[in-house]
Amino acid sequence: MSDAEANERRRGAAAGAESAARSEQSSAVSDAEANERRRGAAAGAESAARSEQSSAVSDAEANERRRGAAAGAEVVTSEQALAKSSRQSDIEALVASKGGDWDALLDDIEYADSEQIILNMGPQHPSTHGVLRLILDIDGETVTKARAVIGYLHTGIEKSTEYRTFTQAVQFLTRADYLSPTFNEACYCLAVEKLLGIEVPQRATIMRVLLMEITRISSHLVAIATGGMETGALTGMTMGFRDREEALHIMELVTGLRMNQGFVRPGGVAQDMPPGWEERLDYFIKVMNQRLPEYDELLTGQPIWKARLKGIGYLPVQGCLQLGVTGPPLRSSGLAWDLRKTVPYCGYEEYDFDVPTTTNADAYDRYLLRVAEMHESLKIIKQCRERLKEPGPVMVEDKKIGWPARLSVGADGTGNSLEHIRHIMGESMEALIHHFKLVTEGFTVPAGQAYAAIEGPRGELGAHVVSNGGTRPWRVHLRDPGFVNLQAVSAMCEGGMVSDVVVAIASLDPVLGGVDR
Amino acid sequence: MTETPQKPSAATDVAHTAAGPLTGPTGKGAPVPPTTPERHGMFHARDTGDTSGYGRLAIAPVTPAPATRPFGGYFDEVADALAAAMAERGIPESAVEQVTVAATEMTIYVSRAHLVALLQTLRDEESLRFEMLSSLSGADYGVDVPRRLHVVYELLSLTYRRRVRLEVSVNVDDATVPSAVSIYPTADWHERETYDMFGVVFAGHPGLTRILMPDDWVGHPQRKDYPLGGIPVEYKGHEIPPADQRRAYT
Repeated sequence: MSDAEANERRRGAAAGAESAARSEQSSAVSDAEANERRRGAAAGAESAARSEQSSAVSDAEANERRRGAAAGAEVVTSEQALAKSSRQSDIEALVASKGGDWDALLDDIEYADSEQIILNMGPQHPSTHGVLRLILDIDGETVTKARAVIGYLHTGIEKSTEYRTFTQAVQFLTRADYLSPTFNEACYCLAVEKLLGIEVPQRATIMRVLLMEITRISSHLVAIATGGMETGALTGMTMGFRDREEALHIMELVTGLRMNQGFVRPGGVAQDMPPGWEERLDYFIKVMNQRLPEYDELLTGQPIWKARLKGIGYLPVQGCLQLGVTGPPLRSSGLAWDLRKTVPYCGYEEYDFDVPTTTNADAYDRYLLRVAEMHESLKIIKQCRERLKEPGPVMVEDKKIGWPARLSVGADGTGNSLEHIRHIMGESMEALIHHFKLVTEGFTVPAGQAYAAIEGPRGELGAHVVSNGGTRPWRVHLRDPGFVNLQAVSAMCEGGMVSDVVVAIASLDPVLGGVDR
Repeated sequence: MTETPQKPSAATDVAHTAAGPLTGPTGKGAPVPPTTPERHGMFHARDTGDTSGYGRLAIAPVTPAPATRPFGGYFDEVADALAAAMAERGIPESAVEQVTVAATEMTIYVSRAHLVALLQTLRDEESLRFEMLSSLSGADYGVDVPRRLHVVYELLSLTYRRRVRLEVSVNVDDATVPSAVSIYPTADWHERETYDMFGVVFAGHPGLTRILMPDDWVGHPQRKDYPLGGIPVEYKGHEIPPADQRRAYT
């Protein structure tokens, strides 16, 4: 392989490395050719990036080394040569099929020069909160460069919604951030309702608030549990999952499913509260009142927990605003920005609760905030319980929008309401036609676009919905807080130690289902 | 708490426009093309196959209606402040193509030539202070629509608790938009995603690579001419065609 060729290939591979492309400033970006090359570039991101960095190795030096290797090859026996040549052809075939040359890349890396190592962490790693991949440049134990690579859980949720009706789209979006399904549903439904220009019934809004706050508790519990597990506080993990189970039981009671409920729909919610919900909710509140203080007892004052978390993942308020970071990381830097208070939706202005803040902007403060927010959520849940005493409709009266499915508890535990089936099958032809049209075709939404933002457990969760006046969303975009917050990984981890990377990421609490959608 | 802006009725628009001069962005830029394509038939049926008679039904494309004063709510204040700041900073009036107020939200359609200057103005001007870029995403308005690729900027002012949307539209064969990373660093990943999904090239982005799809992926999946699925599903010894080529009953 000629030098020119090798260089060409190396450059191509380097362009494929996401960080290498970052360092090569702008100019090539608009260049269609560069894009073409980047698309065709081989994998091997980190070594390529490295070879680009240590480009201090001059061509002459590289030639020298290559010549030395050739001289060494002369002394091999004929048998070895045969084996080597067959291996050589294998490698050549591999190179031809994959488009990269590892030998050429590795030759150019000057390992002896520094202690720098490139460490690939993930996407299969128990401490990266899912399929997050990190490329860490480390010098000893110090992280000099941290880059997050995402996309391993991309399932095309946004594209899929364009092929379903507005109501069906809920079932896709609830699966994006799988730890906060109710939030995904609610913010999408708020955007659709904005476009429709409808007001959902009061009781449906209260139920949404109730379910969102229960989900916030279960999501924060998982954040503490997985964060604890990743730092070795395994009791925190078992406690977190134990208590989350209580929250999921309530979700199952009300919606029928523990996760991915698809319960919140454009126009309201799917069902009214089930019989006996008051006792179950009271039990939940009682259990949580007992157990939430246990986190303070186990973790808050614990020296090891404090030593691991304090001062780690520091991100001040300026950094948060520039990087678009919201949620507990923003509030831990002292800014009391909670959309429930600042830009209220779903009637949050009528509830009595506080927005806790701290000022140290580190992982420990974010932990404290999550615990405090669970207490606040519990306050809201108690108020919802009082407000739900008043009966009322849970879906808009407009029969052209309100989903007609009426479920009731049958002999097998669940099923369609026999009354509703009797009505559409036996009594009214029009009702049957209407039911059929709404279920198969869906309802039309006026052309336009809307953006609805709510305060998810991780920060601002937004849904941008575009309609072309048809029965299917023309475009749905979820602004997932995890996606945006993950951009802060570099700022939070660089200069720290490898073990602190785990803590910093846990304090952001990204959920890769939402990040990659 | 912000007050909810109401969409003004057509009658009041005319009255106010006649009463006082427009002081907000005047919408002197290129006209905003329709944002929904012409639709044919019902149930997405094409040509034959639909015997209902609706098969050749065509619905005219929709163009976002320009709003006239008063916009309602805080939108007038934003428009006034923006117009004043634009004049002060020497940004031509043609930078703003149109202002639309719909679904209680304000959309400012801008030309890409002045996008970065406008973002800088919106962020830094004391009377505007849109400190945060909440979201940046793309939308493809259909194959036959002129300037079909749109880039949407959801701006948030923490000071005034206001939101405003900026929108830029470009053609597919010239899909270049200046990058907002220098103004809002958070745009980094958003722009990479928009490039990945729609093929909009953000000039000046520090490292515009794919972010969700693999590096060697061909095509931009969220474009409307890119089918759902798009690639065959491969099993050992068997292959299932992509979703759009399977037998369908729609």
